[in-house]
Amino acid sequence: MKKRPNYNLILGCIIAGLTVGMIIVGIFWTPYEPTAMSGGEKLDAPSLRHLLGTDNFGRDIFSRVLEGARSTMLIAAAVVAIGASVGTVVGAFTGYFGGRVDAVLMRFNDMLAAFPSILLALVLISLLGSGKTNVIIALGILFIPSYARIVRAEFARQAELDYVKSARLMGAGHLRIMFVHILPNAAPVLLSSIAIGFNNAVLAEASMSYLSIGVQPPDASLGRMLSDSQTYLLSAPWYAIGTGAAIVLLILGFGLISEGLGDSRRA
Amino acid sequence: MIGFLKKLGAVLVTLLVISLLAFLAFQIIPGDPTAKLLGTEYTPERAEALRESLGLNGSAAARYLSWLGGFVRGDFGTSYSYNQPVAELLSGKIVTTATLSLIAFLMTIIISIPTALLAARRAGGVLDRLLLGGGQVLMSIPPFFTGIIFTWIFGLVLNMFTVGKFVYIYESFWGFVGYLLLPALAIALPKGAMTAKLLRSSLVSEQSRDYVRTAISRGHSPRSALRSHVLRNALLPTITFLAMTLADIVAGSIIIEQVFSIPGLGRMLIASISNRDYPVVQAITVMIAALVVIVNFLADTLCRIIDPRVRLK
Repeated sequence: MKKRPNYNLILGCIIAGLTVGMIIVGIFWTPYEPTAMSGGEKLDAPSLRHLLGTDNFGRDIFSRVLEGARSTMLIAAAVVAIGASVGTVVGAFTGYFGGRVDAVLMRFNDMLAAFPSILLALVLISLLGSGKTNVIIALGILFIPSYARIVRAEFARQAELDYVKSARLMGAGHLRIMFVHILPNAAPVLLSSIAIGFNNAVLAEASMSYLSIGVQPPDASLGRMLSDSQTYLLSAPWYAIGTGAAIVLLILGFGLISEGLGDSRRA
Repeated sequence: MIGFLKKLGAVLVTLLVISLLAFLAFQIIPGDPTAKLLGTEYTPERAEALRESLGLNGSAAARYLSWLGGFVRGDFGTSYSYNQPVAELLSGKIVTTATLSLIAFLMTIIISIPTALLAARRAGGVLDRLLLGGGQVLMSIPPFFTGIIFTWIFGLVLNMFTVGKFVYIYESFWGFVGYLLLPALAIALPKGAMTAKLLRSSLVSEQSRDYVRTAISRGHSPRSALRSHVLRNALLPTITFLAMTLADIVAGSIIIEQVFSIPGLGRMLIASISNRDYPVVQAITVMIAALVVIVNFLADTLCRIIDPRVRLK
């Protein structure tokens, strides 16, 4: 059978590359100062002067979207970093050694996995209080179990394979086997779940700030902008559409990458 | 039967653990609720009297037991900010959120099964790839954004309904359901796409099994083999997935209620989080948690009924 190019991965890389590229450019340069107000240009329609129009204070929406997307992306990256690193360590130990601790932790994990993460995040936020750091902590904690579960399954499977047995015969210690021998082999599975996790984190952050219990102003956030834009939906629909499209592009790019990584693993 | 009882026991234990966690979580919150409740009228004596009436005195274990006992009997405590029994506050809102979730759940099923069958009929074909691609895009659009677009197109441009003018169930039943249709669709689109994708892939992998070849050699058309044999086998993982989706849908309605200004549990929860009205937050969380556990249990039971093989495992 002829090998078909991995369209999902290619398209995903293009979209994610473009969005991340724009966000990086946005760190150094935005067409306007994201907070610069202009009294004469309130709720202007998209034009060459303002690519996505202006908001109710006459601020350039495109510049604000760039700033908001950056903050959303950084939060998502931090969340995934916490979840994936702690989850990998927990999953590696439980999967490799098994035993009673493993059984209890996995039982707890199953229970937690059944709950919608956004709800748990809301509860944690109600305990911790809102704000950027607390959003990262709350979501980061909530992301640990799913990574632990994936890594654990992979480690439990690999621990039985011959290469691990021969490494053990050659005198490699447990830690060396886990992190030098097994971890690289578990990487493909981990990578595609990191892409999915990034998506979930973007979605969760945007939802929370849309509900105005996540990131608080003056920190920029796409969710908060979307919620502001609702007031001007009739007079300035581009406000909502431009902001929402940015969220969709962020999610779509990484979603396709994760899909593509899955395809290439199966092929 | 023994397996069933074991499962039932596990459900009860899980519910107990959840109630304990919910109780403890709201015990460790810093700050004294009486300070906020009394505001400028705060005096140590008043605070003490209030603590007594809110049941905040006594050992943690005793308070947990009395809270749990009340909860089981439908007494969820008193809201800090409304000064009303939580049960009274929530009773009408539960109906709204439950109806919204139910409509969204039905829509998810109605969207996913036909699409999956259509895509799986010729796996790898043009239609299949189009549907897969479309599904990937749908999954990337957050429901609250879809909701905003819906309110713009149907509410503001086409004037088919007035955003924020919620129709209560006692005003008009069909008006109530009608108002919930668009929010439900906003939730159901991405969930339907996810379910369809899962069902399609399990349909495709079932199609290559021997029993399908047998069915076709006995005179079934591929299409009727797909519908009467393959679908039944492919539905099992989908049922488990749908049970988990229902929980997500309930959580999704919390957000979508904000978009369409629907006075349901979600808006109540958000408001209570901002007001630090813990009895309300606690009651809503425990209720949703209990729902999740019970739905998963029902799905598991349903799988046992459909597939005798699960019972033997």
